[in-house]
Amino acid sequence: MLGHWSVIVAFSVVLAFPFYWMLITTFKQTSDLYDITNNPFIFNARPTLEHLRLLFGETLYLRWVGNTALAGALVVFITLLLALPAAYALARLTGNWGQRLGIAIFLTYLVPPTLLFIPLSRVISLLGLQDTIWSVVVVYPSFTIPFSTWLLMGFFKSIPKELEDAAMVDGLTRFGAFVKLVIPISVSGILTVVIFAFTLVTQEFVYALTFIAPEAHQMVGVGVPTFLVRGDVYYWGSLMAACLITSLPIALVYNLFLDRFIAGFTVGAVK
Amino acid sequence: MAVVETRGLTKVFKEGQLGAVNNVDLVTREGEFLVFLGPSGSGKTTLLRMIAGLEQPTAGEILIGGNVVNHLSPRERRIAMVFQSYALYPHLSVYNNIAFPLKAQKIKKELHREKVEWASSLLGIGGLLDRKPRELSGGERQRVALARAIVREPTVFLLDEPLSNLDAKLRASAREDLEQFHKRIGTTTIYVTHDQVEAMAMGDRIVVLHQGFVRQIGTPKEVYDDPADTFVATFLGSPPMNLLESDDVVVGFRPEHFLPADRLREGSRIPLRFRVTYLEFLGAERILYGSLAGSRFEEKEVLSRLPAAVSEAFQVASVYDFGVASESLRFFDRQSEKRTQPKAIAWQ
Ligand SMILES: Nc1ncnc2c1ncn2[C@@H]1O[C@H](COP(=O)(O)OP(=O)(O)O)[C@@H](O)[C@H]1O
Ligand SMILES: [Mg+2]
Repeated sequence: MLGHWSVIVAFSVVLAFPFYWMLITTFKQTSDLYDITNNPFIFNARPTLEHLRLLFGETLYLRWVGNTALAGALVVFITLLLALPAAYALARLTGNWGQRLGIAIFLTYLVPPTLLFIPLSRVISLLGLQDTIWSVVVVYPSFTIPFSTWLLMGFFKSIPKELEDAAMVDGLTRFGAFVKLVIPISVSGILTVVIFAFTLVTQEFVYALTFIAPEAHQMVGVGVPTFLVRGDVYYWGSLMAACLITSLPIALVYNLFLDRFIAGFTVGAVK
Repeated sequence: MAVVETRGLTKVFKEGQLGAVNNVDLVTREGEFLVFLGPSGSGKTTLLRMIAGLEQPTAGEILIGGNVVNHLSPRERRIAMVFQSYALYPHLSVYNNIAFPLKAQKIKKELHREKVEWASSLLGIGGLLDRKPRELSGGERQRVALARAIVREPTVFLLDEPLSNLDAKLRASAREDLEQFHKRIGTTTIYVTHDQVEAMAMGDRIVVLHQGFVRQIGTPKEVYDDPADTFVATFLGSPPMNLLESDDVVVGFRPEHFLPADRLREGSRIPLRFRVTYLEFLGAERILYGSLAGSRFEEKEVLSRLPAAVSEAFQVASVYDFGVASESLRFFDRQSEKRTQPKAIAWQ
């Protein structure tokens, strides 16, 4: 019992500490932050709103958050639109080849963006999408789809075929059975894909940095470090504020759907 | 209601291999309870799935109500099927499971509640409508699956081993429920099982399948008393028919016809000496295991099944005078294993 609790407490402290650190730094005066004789874990001087003012007043932070949310939503949509039918087809219709193709598709996920950004930037300029968020909306699915397809394949395989047979006997077409039966049963997997793809979009750096230059069109993950680190001056308070505000909603969503998320990742594993 | 017919129905899964179903011809009768009986892997499920439209036949035709339905999708065949696993929709309540076919077939929404209530009360699950499938016992799940099948008032019912997931006690009562249920709705029903007791008890007629071939179609009495070949003879009956090989014929007799000699009429009986090696007491009957002694069938293993009314004591390792009435003998061709005319054979 004691061991149980000590593990829980230890993990909670480790996991909560970054949030505490971001929170306290957000409101610390810069002089307090830089004075190494101060206790770094508490406020030694009055808290300040200066960093938030800088973040919201002098950068396009809200714009970047909006860009990222929009790109994220579009990428999630494209990912689901392509990965759901792909995964279903690979899981159900192609026999032995389904598994092999699934693994091959997953392997493409492992090719790092650092290898791909140069050829892809050619593609982006050919499409005339440079310096807009459409460039990342087009490119991000190249890594969200393989992973999502693979994850959803595991999900669909765990659904007994007889359920779909029953639905077809009960009066649905195969497509109807997919939409009205397979998808509702797979909400955990779909939710996992949504959260996962969205998180990847918010944290991606290389493509966002190379494809988009203008300040107004930045993703939050690039805009914040680019415009809050000026030369060798780090605006720590504003940086931490930006990180906190961006990560809190995602952390909350993760926790809200934790059970389903775990189910989403383990469903293929135990079959 | 409708008649199901198959003509030369064949399913080959892998080219070059023996089919899972081979050249099956059968016709149900109106309102009949037809049982497909065969060991595991004999093609029962495949045959049923082809009738349902879930599997495309390699060759042959399927007719429902006189029309060829090969090209029709499952939903267009207006059949209902209960799967071995029940295939209840795990994310839906019992009510929505039962209403699912109604929604899928776009039946007017106002009629749903009435129909679901009719089906669920017929099966005695009216109190479970709000539960999820995982909150039900095996017997309750089976009833929900049946309710979902009847709710659309199908032309034909297909049931794939619906009782095999139940424990022995529940199975007996569920069997009776099913029979009652069939009497009440009178829909043509095809019922798949590997359990001969179930088949004998429930079937109007039995289709015996083996390796994808129909071995015999007949009433329970016909397939039991007059098996068409040695497979049917040994597959039905527990313990199975005794078979003795003699030249080009195989002669068979059921263990319950192999009795102490004094129980049989003098004129027609064939005397055989029986060495008992093992004895099972089952309450209502005894099974004697042993072999024949002192004839040309010396050492051939045979069984005898004695009703409780036969009270003599038997000792292991002793030899007794037993016999079979000659009208209880069945003859099979040794090559083809098919039934043949009675023949005179030398017993001694
Ligand atoms: N989808 C399939 N692919 C390949 N072989 C199959 C398939 N379904 C069934 N079989 C084979 O067909 C034969 C009959 O199977 P089945 O109809 O399930 O028998 P039963 O229901 O009598 O146990 C078996 O040998 C089985 O392995
Ligand atoms: Mg089967």
